[in-house]
Amino acid sequence: MTTTTTRPGAGVAAAGEDTGPGRKRRGMKSPYPLWFYMPAGLFYVVLFLIPTGASFYFALTRWTLFDIEFIGFDNFIRFFQEQALVQGFINTFIYAFVTSGAKVVLGLLLGVLLTSQIIARGYLRSVVFFPVLVSTIGVGVTFKVLLDPFDGLVNQVLGWFGITGPGWLTDPAWALMSVALVDIWKGIGLATLIYIAGMVAIPQEYFEAAKVDGANSWKNFWHIILPLVRPATTTVIILSLIGGLRSFDLIWAMTRGGPGFTSDVIASVIYKQYQAGFYGLSTAGNVVLFIVVAALIVPLSAWLNRGEKDA
Amino acid sequence: MRNNTWRFGGGIAAIVLSIIVFIVPFIFIFLTAAKNQQEATALQFTWPTEFALFDNIVQVLQARDYLLLTAFLNSVILTVGAVAIMVILSAMVGFVLQRRRSRWNPLVSGLVLAGLIIPPAVVPTIWMLQTLELFKTIPGLMFVHVAFGLSFCVLLFRAFMATIPRELDEAAIIDGCGPIRLFFTVIFPLLRSVIITVIVVQAVSVFNDFTYALYFAPGDENATVQLQLYNFSAQNVTQWNLLFANVLLITIPPLIMYIFFNRQIVAGMTSGAVKG
Repeated sequence: MTTTTTRPGAGVAAAGEDTGPGRKRRGMKSPYPLWFYMPAGLFYVVLFLIPTGASFYFALTRWTLFDIEFIGFDNFIRFFQEQALVQGFINTFIYAFVTSGAKVVLGLLLGVLLTSQIIARGYLRSVVFFPVLVSTIGVGVTFKVLLDPFDGLVNQVLGWFGITGPGWLTDPAWALMSVALVDIWKGIGLATLIYIAGMVAIPQEYFEAAKVDGANSWKNFWHIILPLVRPATTTVIILSLIGGLRSFDLIWAMTRGGPGFTSDVIASVIYKQYQAGFYGLSTAGNVVLFIVVAALIVPLSAWLNRGEKDA
Repeated sequence: MRNNTWRFGGGIAAIVLSIIVFIVPFIFIFLTAAKNQQEATALQFTWPTEFALFDNIVQVLQARDYLLLTAFLNSVILTVGAVAIMVILSAMVGFVLQRRRSRWNPLVSGLVLAGLIIPPAVVPTIWMLQTLELFKTIPGLMFVHVAFGLSFCVLLFRAFMATIPRELDEAAIIDGCGPIRLFFTVIFPLLRSVIITVIVVQAVSVFNDFTYALYFAPGDENATVQLQLYNFSAQNVTQWNLLFANVLLITIPPLIMYIFFNRQIVAGMTSGAVKG
């Protein structure tokens, strides 16, 4: 390993000169120059790091199209006082926990089903996975129609069985859960796929040994599969929690946070405040979301990965 | 005996359930897209009496002065550009990050993880784009996608880089390759399989993105297909056949990707996920 330090600037200049063939480099330079970080770093720093850092300042200002004024923590106080915003804050957690919980449970079950010896496994795997790739807006538009309280296919079918379906997206009590349900429909394929990858990696010897010991399938599941797919479970929980906490497009396409603000989440509040011209308040929402995500994900992933060597 | 009951019984039950839950919505999209306007208004799950799919597609493409066609063009430029930049730049980062042990490594790895977790700050990013005079432009949106997507790509490239033997680098260096030639002519071609994975996964995610388009390139002029569909659905409450023809059209590119690159998509989404 070469330990010579390369000054990034010098590296650029030198590389610009002799890209021609066959010129041998002086032995001093590392073949892995640090300036390779620079082009990517430029995009990352300018469009991600600086805005993220700046958000901590802007969150403390009253910022409109015309002027900007430092007001301290007023935006945050407002964020936790206005009913509509508090509701969005709480909904974010409900939405994230419901969707990721369901994805873990259903993904695990589907994973077991789709690794067992049943017919048409390939077909089933593709069908379950495909919605992951479909545009969220397309899914939102389609389910908005299917979940229509009167003409929607779902309530018509429920009607055949004598059930009067709720106004999925129009009833305040149901709206958030309905969107969560569609989120699960769309995202379950990825969870299933991660579980399948985890289950396929379990060595067959374990099952053979368990068979000798007379274990039934329930015991196989509980004592072999469940402990050994833990890395997959960790991945599914972390991924779907991050996705759930940040989720915006499906909610926006289906309900726009309505009716009222019963299906608002932090991400949709951010957009609404931005649209209304309250840039400072919107950015405060961003900071809140950042803190929520970091405060949940960092300790959780440390706890879930405990005792596991990072390979 | 028991095994066979499960094999067929369970399988058939699963197939029936999968059709109800996953196939019916897609058939509904197709059927509605193929109906004429009156029939589509009923939103029934029925076979169209008059098969107007082709007419509807032509009509939706022509609507509002070929807006959808422009949007498709925008989306294609955006996707190709963003993915190309991401692939090259993140492969460079992954290469040096995996090969060279320097005191910058922990910082770079930390930033990569931060990029995966932290939700982008909306208004400050807009403020930055305005400063650069890139707000509401396709290049601006493209660069934003690059900035937000790099982390995921770097992880994939770094992991794959470990499988390429260092002896190759050494041989190339002895033959007189500088870093640029070493990377672009020796290493980069060997990354083929992971490059394909990164391309398809990121292409699908950039193409399907709605949130960033809504924030950073609003308006009709530079609309992407997702934004255009959203605007169409917000304005058009009567022409369900055209709306669903639109949905159908923007579902086709990912479907084609899935048919041809099934394996790479699955590999990318699960392997990237394992480290995420």
